[in-house]
Amino acid sequence: MAPAEAAAAGRPPGLARRGSAALFRRPWLRGALTLTPPLAWFVLIYLAALVVLFVSAFWTVDPFTGDIVHNWTLQNFRTLIDSDTYHSIALRTIGLAAAVTITDAILAFPFAYYAARLAPRRLQTVLFVLVLLPLWSSYLVRVYAWRLILAHDGALNWSLDKLGIGNLNVGYSNWAMWIVFSYIWLPFMIMPIWAAIERVPDSYLDASGDLGARGWTTFRRVLFPLALPGIAAGSIFTFSLTLGDYITPQLVGGASSDFIGNVVYRSVGVANNVPFAAAFATVPLIVMAIYLAVARRMGAFEAL
Amino acid sequence: MSILGFRLRRLWRPAMICVVALGSVALATAGCGGSSNKSSGSKLPTKIGKGEGALNLIAWEGYTKPDWVKPYESQTGCQVHAKFGGSSDEMVTLMRQGGGGQYDMVSASGDASLRLIKGGDVQPVNVDLIPDWQNFIPQLKSPPTNTVDGKHYGVSLQWGPNVLIYDPSKVSPAPTSWSSVYDGKYKGKLTVPDNPIQIADAALYLSKTQPALGITDPYELNQKQLDAAAALLTKQKGDVKKYWALASDEIDLFKNGDVVIGAGWPYQTITLQDAKVPVKDLIPKEGATGWLDTWMLSAKAKHPNCAYQWMKYISTPKVQAQQALSFGETPANTKACAEMDKQQKGGCKRYHADAPASYFNSIKFWKTPVADCGNGKTDCTDYTVWQQKWQEIKG
Repeated sequence: MAPAEAAAAGRPPGLARRGSAALFRRPWLRGALTLTPPLAWFVLIYLAALVVLFVSAFWTVDPFTGDIVHNWTLQNFRTLIDSDTYHSIALRTIGLAAAVTITDAILAFPFAYYAARLAPRRLQTVLFVLVLLPLWSSYLVRVYAWRLILAHDGALNWSLDKLGIGNLNVGYSNWAMWIVFSYIWLPFMIMPIWAAIERVPDSYLDASGDLGARGWTTFRRVLFPLALPGIAAGSIFTFSLTLGDYITPQLVGGASSDFIGNVVYRSVGVANNVPFAAAFATVPLIVMAIYLAVARRMGAFEAL
Repeated sequence: MSILGFRLRRLWRPAMICVVALGSVALATAGCGGSSNKSSGSKLPTKIGKGEGALNLIAWEGYTKPDWVKPYESQTGCQVHAKFGGSSDEMVTLMRQGGGGQYDMVSASGDASLRLIKGGDVQPVNVDLIPDWQNFIPQLKSPPTNTVDGKHYGVSLQWGPNVLIYDPSKVSPAPTSWSSVYDGKYKGKLTVPDNPIQIADAALYLSKTQPALGITDPYELNQKQLDAAAALLTKQKGDVKKYWALASDEIDLFKNGDVVIGAGWPYQTITLQDAKVPVKDLIPKEGATGWLDTWMLSAKAKHPNCAYQWMKYISTPKVQAQQALSFGETPANTKACAEMDKQQKGGCKRYHADAPASYFNSIKFWKTPVADCGNGKTDCTDYTVWQQKWQEIKG
């Protein structure tokens, strides 16, 4: 017997080896060990914050000292329900989020279709880079750029003036917000639709043609239904990103352009009324929950 | 996704238990953390000690220009970190956030200072350590906005009116009345501050144009008077291009030709004129609201010596004159008049540093509206009501 073998046989197996053996025998332990760190992070940082948010919505603030009064009350929610102001702010937010989503879907679909099915390989790469390029620059810079474009003496009016069309008064208005939001979130709509269209096998389209369907019918009855989950997935991004934004309304919005986010921001940062901010912040949460439920039915999650 | 969903379902129950347990822990902490000790029973310092090397300020935009901050830093070794507050409300909130102590001082206006004193967010200061305090105009040595029960909660700084700014090339004839911002003549070309205290500006205008309402003080409004002011402002909203939150917003709006008339501070006028934008400002015939600012010391200031050195420095005639000329306001220190003339010909007269007491008294200085507005009247609307009204007006 060689000395090394003798030593290995005589010594009890190492800790690492015993550990890995235990893990091998008990799959549940393996799962628990790998899942615990991310799950702890998720629960502690993410869900606990949501719970605190929801609970503090039932508190109030002492107006003079600014201290939080820990009495359970529905007052914040009552204010939200009774006041026309907050109705119109919530409706403006949801309405604009929907408008931006539809606009982006209309803009993104033809582009994604061309990029995925018609463009040659080299061009595809170029288009891919072009779509993602704006995301490399800061969101704020892009919004400020739009502010300069849309201002009264800005690039847009200057160009229109040179063309002899006259002035367009869209700076600092809901129109400005619609334009800027649609621009900023467009890549998030293009990418999922692109992926969905790319995934449709050529054989499906060939089969459709073999069965006598013309181009338009094939598009309407084969390609579009298969791309729909992609649109639904993209709409989750554009809708939720618009719904939660408050910087764009602040920078390019007009006199009555407050979003839910602006009221939340001011309630926390200016009025020091965290409970009311928490109460209003539950509105987009509920809207998003409903939206996700609908998107799931449309198969958006399979397309992600 | 579907595979993941299957795994997730098996994990759902234990995860849920964790959420509930951790959630209740977080709740308990939040509940305990809410109550803080806000009383400060410390004795006043009798001398200024060695600086702590830093000073954190909440200031109005334009109050911490390098022109006078740099010399202070090199003299004292205290590095100044300034955050701009866009409104008095924001300043009060910043002073209170994180249990206070994040900032050492705040340049509080009269509509914030009493709230900070009552809330225990600021502490009394020893004015004997600020030699120039003796040279302040009599009204600003112990004004009711920063002195309560004989205790000084900071030193007065500067004061001035909220003015009507306009572009003379687009607005003619030159306006003489605040009616120019209410009559809709400049629809879509108007900007006003995004600030609930703007209600007082409307009330001041109504007190002159609709005497039947019986408004005597624009900060003491009963429900009917408040509703009248709110109605005027709601009508005005149709004409507003944008409500400005920071002075730089209003400057951008005038620069890019988005607005031609608006309410603002002399600071915007001076900055725009420096940028060769031809604007003018005036105090219209109805008078004006105004500000009266105080450097206040946080109850939990981490750099009190630097703060005292700042109060001492900012009150000296030269610095007072610098800030007055740069912002377009009137210094508290009477000795600053000569300095202003030295730095800019006719500067003293231009910014009213030599004006009689009647000029000071003609400005309706910002103060916090409270329900109990004196003279046995308790039917006034308080600031919370004003904030709600402002939100309703902006919709």
